[in-house]
Amino acid sequence: MPINLQMPALSPTMEEGTLAKWLVKEGDKVASGDLLAEIETDKATMEFEAVDEGTIAKIVVAEGTDKVKVGDVIAIIAEEGEDVDAAANAKEGGEKPKQAKEEKPAPEKSDEKSESEPKKEEAPKQAPAAKEAPASDGDRIKVSPLARRLAEEKGVDLSSLKGSGPGGRIVKADIDAAEGGTAPAKSEAAAPTPAPAAAQASAQPAADDFEIPHSSEKLSGMRKTIARRLTEAKQTIPHYRVSIDVNIDKLLKLRSELNASLEPRGIKLSVNDLMIKAQAVALMQAPDSNVSFTDDAMIHYHRADIAVAVSIPGGLITPIITSADTKSLSVIATEMKDLAERAKAGKLKMHEYQGGTASLSNMGMFGVTTFDAVINPPHGMILAISAGIKKPVVIDDSVQIATIMAVTGSFDHRAIDGATGAAFMKAFKETVENPLGMLA
Amino acid sequence: MTDKSYDLIVLGSGPGGYVAAIRASQLGLKTAIVERENLGGICLNWGCIPTKALLRSAEVYHNMKRAADYGLAAENISADIDAVVKRSRGVAKQLNQGVTHLMKKNKIDVIMGDGKISEKGKVTVKTDKGEEELAAKNIIIATGARARDLPFAKADGKRIWTYRHAMTPPEMPKKLLVIGSGAIGIEFASFYNDMGADVTVVEMMDRIVPVEDEEISKFLEKSLKKQGMTIMTGAGVKSIETSDKGVKAEIADSKGEAKSYDFSHVIVAVGIQPNVETVGLDELGIEPDERFHIKTDGMCRTNVEGIYAIGDVTGGPWLAHKASHEGVIAAEAIAADMGKGGHPHPMDPNNIPGCTYCHPQIASVGLTEAKAKAAGHDVKVGNFPFIGNGKAIALGETEGFVKTVFDAKTGELLGAHMIGSEVTELIQGYTIGKTLETTETELMHTVFPHPTLSEMMHESVLDAYERVLHM
Repeated sequence: MPINLQMPALSPTMEEGTLAKWLVKEGDKVASGDLLAEIETDKATMEFEAVDEGTIAKIVVAEGTDKVKVGDVIAIIAEEGEDVDAAANAKEGGEKPKQAKEEKPAPEKSDEKSESEPKKEEAPKQAPAAKEAPASDGDRIKVSPLARRLAEEKGVDLSSLKGSGPGGRIVKADIDAAEGGTAPAKSEAAAPTPAPAAAQASAQPAADDFEIPHSSEKLSGMRKTIARRLTEAKQTIPHYRVSIDVNIDKLLKLRSELNASLEPRGIKLSVNDLMIKAQAVALMQAPDSNVSFTDDAMIHYHRADIAVAVSIPGGLITPIITSADTKSLSVIATEMKDLAERAKAGKLKMHEYQGGTASLSNMGMFGVTTFDAVINPPHGMILAISAGIKKPVVIDDSVQIATIMAVTGSFDHRAIDGATGAAFMKAFKETVENPLGMLA
Repeated sequence: MTDKSYDLIVLGSGPGGYVAAIRASQLGLKTAIVERENLGGICLNWGCIPTKALLRSAEVYHNMKRAADYGLAAENISADIDAVVKRSRGVAKQLNQGVTHLMKKNKIDVIMGDGKISEKGKVTVKTDKGEEELAAKNIIIATGARARDLPFAKADGKRIWTYRHAMTPPEMPKKLLVIGSGAIGIEFASFYNDMGADVTVVEMMDRIVPVEDEEISKFLEKSLKKQGMTIMTGAGVKSIETSDKGVKAEIADSKGEAKSYDFSHVIVAVGIQPNVETVGLDELGIEPDERFHIKTDGMCRTNVEGIYAIGDVTGGPWLAHKASHEGVIAAEAIAADMGKGGHPHPMDPNNIPGCTYCHPQIASVGLTEAKAKAAGHDVKVGNFPFIGNGKAIALGETEGFVKTVFDAKTGELLGAHMIGSEVTELIQGYTIGKTLETTETELMHTVFPHPTLSEMMHESVLDAYERVLHM
């Protein structure tokens, strides 16, 4: 039987995507694990790997096609021993009657095999079924409509779940359990309707009306996602901001010392890496800011996963340094470099940018003196880091020069009260100003 | 006396027990079933099936009386209660033989007699030939339940009846008092009302069929009153005195004012109690709940290893299909434990449908609107009346409605409540939907055949989302 290769769902919210590039062509032999195509979703470009073995009989969806629905057939793979031409035509529903006749020998040719082949196919399927069958069986994820909807709303990755329903089907209880047990993935956390944003957009006067010279660019998936999520954040999260000035002289000194000793290992710490660490350490010291607000529960996180805003062509993405509170600075630096590079190339995997417990946005490199950031739901807070600027400050009753960095935290007041937010900012300042603590 | 050894012995052959035995046998378990009276239990011999046969007679009679509405003539019609009962007994007998055949076909040993668990893994059966001792790796208790007595109105079979007497009445009652308006009470009230008796129903709660949605209770009360029934809610029977002439009942109404009424017969339908006394629970240390039902987990296990319980003996809802489903779960659980490949999945009580075959019929599944709200759901409710359905009008059955309850946030189908002609055949649609965890979307996108009563199920869903078409 020829295998229909379907548009994969690369994230729980993905409904359609762009088939950016084919990495194989018709006639190529592929094995499980081979890269077949690059697929662009609203969030990133991802590689699509082969699950089955065979020969690419036909490419159904040409590269560059956008809005390909999840589940649509994008290519046909002929299994080993199968007539490639026949396979390519088989799924087209008798396109040319003349050819249909010529195809006849093909099924006959495979007759000898047809006896053993179905068995070969069924056997492995039955074996897992004897125990609790996995919810996902190749392309098909067994899931109830309600569970699918809840997973989308709550950002639960269906492919990561094991179903408890009959035949391993994912049911509502499994989503509830998954949601309660792990940090909710950040996508779509509380976005039942993107409608308000869309409605507003169309209500804006078009540039056309004023004859201003302009060009119009179709919104990318990423741009739409940014628009929707940040509109939702600003509309649903009561933000408040707390700013503090941090003296980073000691931190800069420590950084240059560390970098000198790390040089042989080829590692270079950036100020940003130190900020990631400081935020994580401060979150562990002020854990009431390491939380998420949900409709019926407060989620208290027991480790600090920092989502770091990275500017990429056409938008931004927030790769995550997990367990930043316990990772060494050199590990953070190495991971961040890798994540940022792959983010810019659009090659992040879903789990690398979904989740996290709090976010960090650093615009110091642009020399900004102060700014605040929009909370990235379901996180309870985001830290905005400005440039370290040499300023006259009063230290021990005398005016001295120190490098001062303005830091502003935006907090979700539903989850984090003012004093709690301030306590975190204090902990952050103390961590940065006494940076040796971050090494221990 | 030969000692016999089994993988599984089932005590009781009602719809729970015999189904458990069949499933166990299918899974390769050596199985025996012990029954003290009739294969098929109450359901088949004295419950679900024979009452449906009676109610069918009542329905045909009712339709004959309104033949003129359909342009037909039926004159001098009458009902012969003895013939009606005879037909009902014939139906029960046919099905009883069917179960006998099923046991044989599935190679299940049937042992007629009183079974008792003498110790863990041992069952003693008192047969008419003496005592027989059986060994079993697993035991399922499926001994069912019986009608609960009113202390001051013990059933005598003459003037005071339980459901059992009501099914084979010594005579046609003229003026009947039905105590209790649950499914059993209301079905008999409806039957005898259709057959021409003057019927009064007394219910302690503030509405009849109190487990159903409030709108259903209200609608049914109105309909039954229109058919000539007297309904007293919030009322209680204080005393019953029987004589050769009939029954004197003192009934306190909802204001607490007691008055004496005369009836020819009384049906007591105030609930049921589990049959646990002779099973040997105490000796084994099997835990009952406060109402003497056997406590079980989702896989029908009792607190004693190797002993399972299913059906009425484990508590409500006291429905044959609940018992059968638990029978399958228990058999699967046992087979899984024995490494014979069972796949037990616990049942969600919210997915058990309930049907009452009064006239008009009631069928429901899941949460009532009030219960859904009490459970903290924001609800969306749809309602579609029979009068808006083409098939209902063609049938001349325009009384009733279909109500659906959804969670406003998730679109989960929380409950469905129907009253009217043939709704007991329709409810399975929503039950499948609930079991598959359907949301409003799938139901809206389903093509319902025209012209059928089932279209009302579609319309009710559409109505919940303000998209109803034929209203």
